[in-house]
Amino acid sequence: MSGDHSGGHHAGLPSDLEARVRALESLLVEKGITSSDAIDAVVAAYERDIGPMNGARVVARAWTDPEYKRWLLEDGTAAIEALGYGGAQGEHMVVLENTPTVHNLVVCTLCSCYPWPVLGLPPVWYKTPAYRARAVSEPRAVLAEFGLELPDDVEVRVWDSSAEIRYLVLPERPAGTEGLGEAALAALVTRDSMIGVGLPRVPATA
Amino acid sequence: MADAVDRDVANMQGSEALPRKNGELVFEAPWQARALGMAVALSNQGLYPWDDFKCHLIAEVAEASERARESADSPAAAYYTSWLEALEHTLLDKGICSPEELERRTAEFASGAREEVY
Repeated sequence: MSGDHSGGHHAGLPSDLEARVRALESLLVEKGITSSDAIDAVVAAYERDIGPMNGARVVARAWTDPEYKRWLLEDGTAAIEALGYGGAQGEHMVVLENTPTVHNLVVCTLCSCYPWPVLGLPPVWYKTPAYRARAVSEPRAVLAEFGLELPDDVEVRVWDSSAEIRYLVLPERPAGTEGLGEAALAALVTRDSMIGVGLPRVPATA
Repeated sequence: MADAVDRDVANMQGSEALPRKNGELVFEAPWQARALGMAVALSNQGLYPWDDFKCHLIAEVAEASERARESADSPAAAYYTSWLEALEHTLLDKGICSPEELERRTAEFASGAREEVY
């Protein structure tokens, strides 16, 4: 990003603010206090992806701790906050449990409301008019396009997020994961499975 | 450590909360993300507790909002200007940079005498 020339008032010259930011970075790097790589890593994490791992930890805890799961389904906001993931926008979190007969799918038909403290930044497709409309009108077709074919006897429930209520799907724990600990389980939980357009990963063949 | 700082950053709630649109972080120019990255990286490395930076940030945001009527800046630009000022103050406070070297280095970048960060 140091080679970037955008935003200057004159061709080639940085704005005052850019100059100040570059001056700080160059002094910090020169003094060996931090590296541009360390800064790059933080920027990448915040630009892309601060969150899905937070949601994965919530799900893994619910898979391993029945008490926590009960609390999570009853009062998602409090149970998620207990793990340290606050909703900086003050939204109410509702957690939806997938079962052998019910599959939950989350959308925001109005804009792109999204539980970012647990899921990070929304994927591009989540914000497209096509997803927002079709998740409601033909959810099974949308799921099929994501590679998720559900049997006919599974009911699909679609939940429309709003500024006040954000939804997180609690996917079913994959079979064959009985021996796994919380951290290993969290690694199986994908962002898509917590939106409801996918399933958790299946552990590598044991 | 890094996780704890990220949590502190994500949990900032008042006037110091990161600018967002529909829940997404807003960066309008690369320098804004860079300023964020520096402040977080330094706290990750243990150079200061996040709250130290946050106190400076709250003060800068409050001061900027008093001047806001004259400013044509977008909310994100105004916010990250305060963020940058908070970062400068934090580093000066800790004696990591001197005001003179910061001023000199800034002038070098502003005039084009220096172009590369390294």
